[in-house]
Amino acid sequence: MADNAEILSGLAEIVEEVAGIDAGDVAAEKSFVDDLDIDSLSMVEIAVQAEDKFGVKIPDEQLAELKTVGDAVDYIAKNQ
Amino acid sequence: MSARLSLAPVVPGARIIGMGSYQPEKIVTNDDLAERVETNDQWIRDRVGIVERRVAADDELLVAMAAEAGRLAVKDAGIAPTDVDTVIVATCTMPYPIPNAAAQTADRIGIVAPGAFDLNAACAGFSYAMGTAADLIRAGSARTALVIGAEKLTDWLDWDDRSTCIIFADGAGAAVLSAAPDAESVGVGPVAWGSAGDLHAMIEVRPHNNALAQEGQAVFRWATTKIAPVALRAIELAGLTPADIDVLVPHQANLRIVEAVAKRLRAKGAREDMVVADDIVHSGNTSSASIPLALDHMRAAGRIRSGDVALLIGFGAGLSYAGQVVVCP
Repeated sequence: MADNAEILSGLAEIVEEVAGIDAGDVAAEKSFVDDLDIDSLSMVEIAVQAEDKFGVKIPDEQLAELKTVGDAVDYIAKNQ
Repeated sequence: MSARLSLAPVVPGARIIGMGSYQPEKIVTNDDLAERVETNDQWIRDRVGIVERRVAADDELLVAMAAEAGRLAVKDAGIAPTDVDTVIVATCTMPYPIPNAAAQTADRIGIVAPGAFDLNAACAGFSYAMGTAADLIRAGSARTALVIGAEKLTDWLDWDDRSTCIIFADGAGAAVLSAAPDAESVGVGPVAWGSAGDLHAMIEVRPHNNALAQEGQAVFRWATTKIAPVALRAIELAGLTPADIDVLVPHQANLRIVEAVAKRLRAKGAREDMVVADDIVHSGNTSSASIPLALDHMRAAGRIRSGDVALLIGFGAGLSYAGQVVVCP
């Protein structure tokens, strides 16, 4: 089980890999859409990789609710 | 007393001996669509990868497009239409289900009395039809088969639905398959195919407006995760490894799906210099026609050479999927 800091850094690596955004810019308070400019298809790719990495399920309905990086970290922490 | 039935002698396999394609003249740009629905050029380029697409005239028939692609493929093969004994048209957009497209398409080309049938596996149709034709040839049921993917998707669009009208387009592509004289010249590998009927509602024509609707995000997730494993199975069935693939021709659904599939195959050993089809940019998504259109265009542009090993992989409504390795003519 990864702790929140580990989840954040793991998620940041995925975001960098999928969307080309520097992992250092992926902070908990950042909004995926408004701050990081990530579109819905990239969000799906991020979700798929996060599922593999953290052993969670992130269905599309749930994905729409994850507005910020922090929302995603919390969801993964609760469901891993 | 039971009769003993004789069967045709089995041949080593099939190979592609000719290709052809046809697209309607009319080009519709992203800006043209932005005049009708709330969208813009950059959004379409970013999400789907399409710059322009071809749209058939109102009176331009699917069978006419199929026949033109087929005629060019027969010509490219250097054979006469009368040499063809089997015609399969992969399509899901005939205006009416009866009569089928294949028989009248054959007649338009001058192919006399062939076995002729349509095959509906939507965007996977061309790979399904190639697999079927190659196995008919291998079993001795056919000697020379014309396989056509032809679609007039714009007959089945709601032009006010911006999630679909920006994506789909019209066209036809074809390949001629014939019996390979020996094992070394076999050019169509075994088909890896399947379906997921539980997800049928993900891409469907809705009865209230007879128009195609799809759950874009769900389709994207399915295609980017489930298709690369099918492609790898097709490579394995052909006795090859991902590094042997010179050209990747996925169904041209969305450039980002194409890129995601290529990335997954490269992670499994496909080469960085593997050529990846991007025909969607100027052709749009033409369902069963997209793979042969891409192949024919890449051949014409010199991006594919004779003898190149190409991996074809179709996927779409059904849901259905199919792929095989072929040797380019």
